[in-house]
Amino acid sequence: MSLDWPIELYDTLKSAGIGHMSYVPDAGHSTLIKLFSADSEVVTNVLTTEEEGIAIAAGAWLGGQRSVVLMQSSGAGNCINMLSLPVQARFPLLMLVTMRGEWAEFNPWQVPMGSATQAALEAIGITVLRAETGEDLVETVAQAATMAFDADQQIAVLIGQRLLGKKKW
Amino acid sequence: MSLPTMDRREAVKKLLDARDGALVVTGLGSPSYDVHAAGDRDNNYYLWGAMGGAALVGLGLAQAQPKKRVMVITGDGEQLMAFGALATIAVASPKNLDVIVLDNQHFGETGMQSSHTGRGILFDKVAGACGFSVARELRTLEAVDQLVDELRKPASGPRLFVLKINAENLPRSLPPRDAVFVKNRFRGHLGFAAG
Repeated sequence: MSLDWPIELYDTLKSAGIGHMSYVPDAGHSTLIKLFSADSEVVTNVLTTEEEGIAIAAGAWLGGQRSVVLMQSSGAGNCINMLSLPVQARFPLLMLVTMRGEWAEFNPWQVPMGSATQAALEAIGITVLRAETGEDLVETVAQAATMAFDADQQIAVLIGQRLLGKKKW
Repeated sequence: MSLPTMDRREAVKKLLDARDGALVVTGLGSPSYDVHAAGDRDNNYYLWGAMGGAALVGLGLAQAQPKKRVMVITGDGEQLMAFGALATIAVASPKNLDVIVLDNQHFGETGMQSSHTGRGILFDKVAGACGFSVARELRTLEAVDQLVDELRKPASGPRLFVLKINAENLPRSLPPRDAVFVKNRFRGHLGFAAG
């Protein structure tokens, strides 16, 4: 079960009507990125920096499409001012954030932003949920998608680094 | 010798009078006032903040509405904050997105400090190097008249036009500040329920 979570996540997001995705690459998201990129029904954007995805998702919703933004925790800090857009305009927002700097991390430079991710996102008004197992993640994302797109909420789901496994270096 | 520049409100009005149903997204500050001064419309989405986001909101909108033309009208300072957005848009390559940069070469809202474009950075060259299908600088209202015709023709990719405008602070024409209202009004124009 836990090994298949990216595939289950893809199915879950598709069932939630996601037709649009933007991402800054991350090893934990690589399967999801591959599946979405190969899906002709989904528009995908590779970003130069994470906050671009927040603005693009708002534009997609203006045009009637449900978007998801993929990033890692080091990029969450880049998004803070841009998040005022979905918060102020109550644009639905679903961010999936793979965590760095918290479990078997080999790079000390990842630790400060990893430690600050949840507090920083909550400070600007984002609802933050966390998942530590594949099963929990799929269920959490399914309900987060409902709350985002049906209840106009701005939600980040943090994917615990323990779930991703130790990075090979 | 200084090169010619044009009146920003007249230039924007020319673009909007010929918008032909195009969806418009505006960058915060004076471009929002210019678009509002030309007439408040349901299919205008004004940004009051989120600096650097205008062209990217335009990209998401253009991708979600591929049959509609999307026009982003923003300023040099706003677009400078999102230089990388030009790369992202060029890679995404929407055929229905036009980015208009109103370039007064100054940070007009904050005391008219000279901006990067006033110090030699050329947005049209940057956009061209990124891979925009058309990227050009315009300096006169007559050139804007020709642009209006050009914009009606199908594009092979994203286009960017730099309009060199007079550096002046005109009286403000303020769009609604309620972002939820503007969002719901815009989506209503496209036939989506307000929720």
